[in-house]
Amino acid sequence: MSGVVIVGGGHAGYQCADSLRRSGYDGEITLVDGEGHLPYQRPPLSKSHLLNDTGEEVLLFRTQSYYDDHNIGLKLGHRVTAIHRADKQVELDRGETLSYDKLVLATGAKLRQLDLPGSNLNGVGYIKSLDDIRYIQSHLSQTEETVIIGGGFIALEFAATAAKLGKKVTVLVRGQRILANAVTPELSQYMLDIHHQHGVDIRFGAEVDHIADDGSGNVEAVRLKDGTLLPAQLVLAGIGVTADTELAVAAKLLCHDGVVVDAQCRSNDPDIFAAGDSARYDNPFTGTEIRLESVQNAVDQAKVIAQVIAGQDAEYHSVPWFWSDQYDIKLQMVGVHDGYTHFYQRGSQEDDKFSLFFFRDEKLIAIHTVNRPADHMAGRKLITAGVSPTQAQIEDADFKLNSLVKK
Amino acid sequence: MPTVNYVSFDGQSTQLELAEGMTIMQGAVMNGVEGIEGECSGSCACATCHCYVDDAWLAKVPAMSENEDEMLDDTASERKPNSRLSCQIKATAALDGIVIHMPEEQE
Repeated sequence: MSGVVIVGGGHAGYQCADSLRRSGYDGEITLVDGEGHLPYQRPPLSKSHLLNDTGEEVLLFRTQSYYDDHNIGLKLGHRVTAIHRADKQVELDRGETLSYDKLVLATGAKLRQLDLPGSNLNGVGYIKSLDDIRYIQSHLSQTEETVIIGGGFIALEFAATAAKLGKKVTVLVRGQRILANAVTPELSQYMLDIHHQHGVDIRFGAEVDHIADDGSGNVEAVRLKDGTLLPAQLVLAGIGVTADTELAVAAKLLCHDGVVVDAQCRSNDPDIFAAGDSARYDNPFTGTEIRLESVQNAVDQAKVIAQVIAGQDAEYHSVPWFWSDQYDIKLQMVGVHDGYTHFYQRGSQEDDKFSLFFFRDEKLIAIHTVNRPADHMAGRKLITAGVSPTQAQIEDADFKLNSLVKK
Repeated sequence: MPTVNYVSFDGQSTQLELAEGMTIMQGAVMNGVEGIEGECSGSCACATCHCYVDDAWLAKVPAMSENEDEMLDDTASERKPNSRLSCQIKATAALDGIVIHMPEEQE
């Protein structure tokens, strides 16, 4: 067997298979994923999934029949254990090998695990996979109090979900503000206020000493280094991920915090591509080499790879965009705000509808919006086109920003 | 289970039975009906599941949120009075038989 082998069934892996067929590629496609589930969407896991009663089926990208109809082979519950570049083969955990013409690494990211006394107790969970969320779900009914470790998107999205479910929620943040890697201090403060309004207790500079056992192997509380004891029946750690480059490193592909890829998402082996959370590339908008953990990045890189494999011209130069849902707040970010010199605000925080437009000197580089999706959508076009609105245009909330770039 | 009729831009019709509560977007994407993307998994964040609700059904579809209204200003295909984001419409008994028209493009 030959053709394209895709390692990983997240957004990047699934999208690559789908886009290969849409691009007219008619060779064999085999998607290998270690989890044993049909490829599914992860974004809802920390957001709407626990609040909806629609079940797990709606998480699937496609039903089985789609893969059958499009002749996409699925090897689910199989892990790739090695890449043999000289033979153009991958080895699976049960001794099987698959040959490839082109290999796509969509291995994603690995959870950063807690390394504390009590980390392995029953009731300590993470949110990355469907199995993780099943675990959390199985503990929620016995949970009155939950402690969340981490101050990033996953931690705060789960905090919002748990608060909505009526749990008493405490969030422990190591640093001095939430979402510190993603947004500016103004927006961190705004989101902190939102969490406070929903009764969530957020503690800064909090260092966990250990997770306490109830005597039968279950979580009972979280003890902080300052002696504070926080009772909890569920502890959720949202402390980030690292690029899963184990296979690529072992195969001696060029990696540093991600598989290094070119504009066609190709590694230093011309037959091996990488997409998504595990790929590192030169971003034309920031002028730096970056690795992104986002749906947009995974999907757009996978599409480029599919087109390149199908023999079409394609390069990856999408503007990065992200979103987060917490309570009734839709937070959307486009561009990368690092190194901004100033920003202008559109709309008002009092109305819970505003956007921050970040400039580096005269150039618009990023927009963070709260419940102003039109600004976000216009921003994607503006930044892609390199068009920077004036301060007056931004501050006039009725001015149609997309009129500056309308087709 | 409510039935949804998806009509492609070139007039091809696909009929699907969706589980109650599943969105029109999810039904299309999961079953490989072309013409609806849904990149953001139904978060009302990407506007790639734009559809036109058949006029006969428009009045029965629950009203849109302000966010959806704003997102619809930036769809790839022209916004019309019957434009909606299909991730925001759930298949329900009241919408059994609904007809959804696909736009020309989503991105």
